[in-house]
Formats: sequence, structure tokens, C-alpha cells
Amino acid sequence: MTLPDHLPVLVVLLPLLSAPLCILVDRPRAGWLIALIASWLSFAASVALMVQVSGGETISYHLGGWAPPWGIEYRIDLLAAFVLLIVTGMASLVMVFARHSVVDEVPEERIARFYAALLLVFAGLVGIVATGDAFNVFVFLEISSLASYAVISMGRDRRALNAAFQYLVMGTIGATFILIGIGFLYMMTGTLNMLDLAARLPEVSDTRTVRAGFAFLTVGIGLKLAMFPLHLWLPNAYAYAPSAVTAFLAATATKVAVYVLLRFVLEIFGAEFSLGAMPLDLILMVLGTIGILSASLVAVFQHDVKRMFAYSSVAQIGYMLLGISLASTTGVGATILHVFNHALMKGALFLALGAVAYRIGAVTLRDFAGLGRRMPWTMAAIVFSGLSMIGVPPTAGFVSKWYLVLGTLEQGLWPLAVLILIGSLLALIYVWRLVETAYFDSVGDDAPPVREAPASMLIPIWILVAANFYFGLYTDFSVGTAMRAASALLGGGG
Amino acid sequence: MSGIPGLLNYWVAVFLMMAGFYVVIAQGNLIKKLVGLGLFQTSVFIFYITVGKVSGGNAPILSEGITAYSNPLPHVLILTAIVVGVATTAVGLALVVRIQEAYGSVEEDDINDADQEAELALTRQHDGKPGDAGT
Repeated sequence: MTLPDHLPVLVVLLPLLSAPLCILVDRPRAGWLIALIASWLSFAASVALMVQVSGGETISYHLGGWAPPWGIEYRIDLLAAFVLLIVTGMASLVMVFARHSVVDEVPEERIARFYAALLLVFAGLVGIVATGDAFNVFVFLEISSLASYAVISMGRDRRALNAAFQYLVMGTIGATFILIGIGFLYMMTGTLNMLDLAARLPEVSDTRTVRAGFAFLTVGIGLKLAMFPLHLWLPNAYAYAPSAVTAFLAATATKVAVYVLLRFVLEIFGAEFSLGAMPLDLILMVLGTIGILSASLVAVFQHDVKRMFAYSSVAQIGYMLLGISLASTTGVGATILHVFNHALMKGALFLALGAVAYRIGAVTLRDFAGLGRRMPWTMAAIVFSGLSMIGVPPTAGFVSKWYLVLGTLEQGLWPLAVLILIGSLLALIYVWRLVETAYFDSVGDDAPPVREAPASMLIPIWILVAANFYFGLYTDFSVGTAMRAASALLGGGG
Repeated sequence: MSGIPGLLNYWVAVFLMMAGFYVVIAQGNLIKKLVGLGLFQTSVFIFYITVGKVSGGNAPILSEGITAYSNPLPHVLILTAIVVGVATTAVGLALVVRIQEAYGSVEEDDINDADQEAELALTRQHDGKPGDAGT
């Protein structure tokens, strides 16, 4: 076997093995460099994987040469490659950004270990996406979660500790639920391989055990993806974590949870069972809608801008759930598309907030007064990615909302389309509050001078802003991949 | 095999699980919460182990005269999950130590009170300043 054959496992191994390396060298600059190189190599590997599967074929990698369903299989299909691309791409950009930001926010003696933990979060997320084994999903989920509790707790504010603890409790409950669910499935089928599970489940799907397993899995994954009303851990965790961590988690962690939901609900259980025989479509639709409206409404009243966008993330997850609940190619495609686009916009927003925190020291609404003139590039980035989040053409956010509205109208659910528009209006309100403060409020003359953020921060931010516009105008790649992945999920699962 | 006697092992697992879950929710002390969380996780380990047991089955080591073996796979799986559980407890306890250092308490109520007071103090300080943005 040559190197390209090992790409599915390399993409996971690179960050996983670089993490202990960071601890061994234990020097801030070297730790950062290792993390940077590992994430960019991982990104390169997932680009290569995307090229390999873009024709529609699936790569199956047998770990240790043991053939599935006995051995652990890594399976990269179109959806997996697409999500891998998002996670590794975001990690690479965040690492570039992190250099100054982390030095500013994390005590020096902890920086190398911080990068080690961040790499473990990254490795876990990539592993969840790459693996084709249900139990492996649990293991990688816990690798990434445990490491993320650690990195969240390294925030400057002492409230970060409490936020991390709350997240630990809720995350562990979620992961344990997933573990029970997988146990139930194993009881009934005797297999852990996802494809094998999908093939064997229909025979036994009409049993209480499988239904209970399904319920445990859905609630467990719901906790991980901050589905309303299981989102309570998210706002504090995002608000008090170090800036680079917030940007990375917001752009990847919940996205990977959505991916897990898609895999389990649509591929393993199949759309017919989970959205037909079980009422998950209705549950997701109702919870998604309430999530969009309530979280957007709460976001409007936040003073801490990081918290505001954290609530907005909960709302955006509502859109993704709504897409799944439609159970149509357009709907699920819109979900996958929104996973991608939301990573772009939230990544840009939280990175820009990180730049503000780096220069100003805090990100409450008050700190944004007059920032439009004092940090013009950063503020412009916030405005543009904010537009994308509202869904203004020609941004990426518009495209995914367009397909979501299309999906609802396809099924004659026009009230849902109206609700999506109301959600967008609420987004307009909270983004506008920020814009108003930044461009129309003046600062006192005694305010200390503020310089624009350094280039190492502005470049990744503006790459993401540019991507927001690029994927708003040239949708061939993103929409094409999302729709093909969606039809593969729905076609293969039934 | 139905009803309570036949499914006793599952009832035990579920009882332990709910007991742990209750402790996590009802207790305000962070250490007690972690104890509950540990119980909650352990119940699932027991569940997995009991699933793998085959009635009359022997340990899965090939030897003559034995035809029924217990399934070793769930036991191996749960070994991994136990490691995860240990790691979770360790991270949780480390966080509690740092919370104790930062807040001087491990009671949820005290911590929330301290946070609220800090926030109030901050608002008061900003409101007192002239030329404020007035949000």
C-alpha cells in the first residue's frame, strides 16, 4: 500500500500523535508550530480524500488489515469527506489565528499543553467523521469532549471553570446515552459496523429494544449538538472559552454532532424507520422551530457579544434540524449545506470577536462603541459575516436558507418558511445592534488608542469572509456536494 | 424470558442509572454530582457486561468439552468505556479543584451567587461612568 491509501487514517493520526509531541517539547512557540503543521497536513489529506471520493465512490480503509464487519473500518464517502474538509479547514485557519490570541489569553506555562488538548479535540472530531464503526464514534466523541472541557476551562474568566464543569456533566450524560443506545443496537444485531447495522436493523426494527436504543441515541446526540432544549451548556461554554477555542468549537463541534445525527438517523436506522415509523420528524420540526425563535430572541437581549452569537448558534442548529425533519433531498441537502456555510460564517464571526478581545480585552456590547473606525477591517469582517448569517444575497448564508425554504415549500409547509424568515429578521436585529454600536456610537476622548488586529488574525478572518461570498456566488461545489450526499443518505438508508 | 425476574439484570442496571442521574440533578455539591455521574456511567458498564453473558456459557478460552462461550466483545468494549469514565472523573475532579481555588466553594448555589454579584458590581460600575454608551 502506498501513502495515498492510508489517507483515511492519516487524517486522524496526524493530530492525535502530534498532541503528545506538544507536551514533550512543552514550549509555547514549538507547541503552536506543531499544532499548525499537524492541522495543515490533516487539511491537505482531507482535500486529497475529497478529490478521491468526488466521483461518488466510497473509500473503505480496514484498520490493521482486519476486514469489516469484524475489524474497525474507516469509511469516507462524499458526506464524510465534505465534513472532514470543513473540520480540518477550520482547524487550519484557527491555528493560524491562535498564535497571538492564545499567548494573550492563556498563561505561558500552559500554552503547549493547551495546544495538545486542542489537537485532541480536533483528532476526536475528525475521528468521529472518518470512522465507520458505531463504538468508535463513542470513543472519539469522548476523546474530543474530554479535551474540549479542558480547553474551555482555560478561559481567562473564572466562570469558564463553571461552564466547563456544566458542559462536562451534560456532555457525559449525552455520551453515556449514546453508549447505551449503541449497546441496545449491538444486543439486537451483534454488530457495530455502521453498514452492517444498517443492513441488519430492518429485520428487528419492530422491537422495543431497537426503539429504546433509537431514543437514547437521539437524546444523546441531541445533547451533543445543543438541540433545543438540551442547549443549556452551550452559551456559557462558548462565552467564557478562549477566543480561538470558541471559534473552533462553534465552527466544528456541533457540526460534527449534526453529522453523527445524520449518520445514525438516516443511514443506520434509515429514514423510513426514524422519520416514518418513529415521530422524529415531528419532534425535530417542533424543537427546531422553537429553537430558532427562542434562541434568536434571547440573543437579541445579550450584552456579551460572544454569548449573543452563541445563542445564535443554537438558533442555526434549529435550521439544520428543520432540514432533516423534512426528510427530502432538498431538506437534508439544505442541512448539510448549512453545516458548511454556518462553519464559514460563525468561524469568521468568532475569530473577529477574538481579534476584538485581543485588542480591547473584552467583548461586551459596550466595548464595541466606535469600533467601526478604530478597527475597520475587523468590524467590516463582522458586518459581512453577520450579513451571511442573516441570509442576505449574495452570501453563503442566503444559499442554504434558500434551499431550506425551497424544501419547506416543496411539501407545502409555508408556515415553516415564514418562521425561517422571522428567524432571519431576529438575526438582523441582533447583528444591527452590534453594527449600530460600532459605527454610530462614539467613544470618549479618554479612551485608550486601539490598533487594528495583527495580520496573522486578519488573514484567516478575511479568508473566511471571502469564502462566505465565494460560496454565495459559485455554489457548484457546496450545493452539488451537499445534494449528492443527501440523496446518497436517503437512498442508501431506506 | 419476560417480566421482572427474567430481566432482573436490566432492572438493576436501570435502577442504578436512574439513581445516578437523580444525584447529578438533585445535588448542588459538585463532588456529589461527580459521584452521581460515576454511578450513572457504571450502570451502563454493568449493562454491557450482562449483555455479553450467555447462560451456561464459559469464559471464552478454547478448551475441550466446552461448547457454549460467553461473548467477550462487550466486555472488551466496556474496558474502553471504563477508561473513558476514569478520564471523565479525573477531568471533573481537576475542574472542581480549580473551581474551589477560584470561588472558595464547591456548592453550585455559592458559585452562582458569586457570579451574579460580580455581574451586578460590573453593571453598577459602568452605569456610574459618564459618557456611557447607554445600552
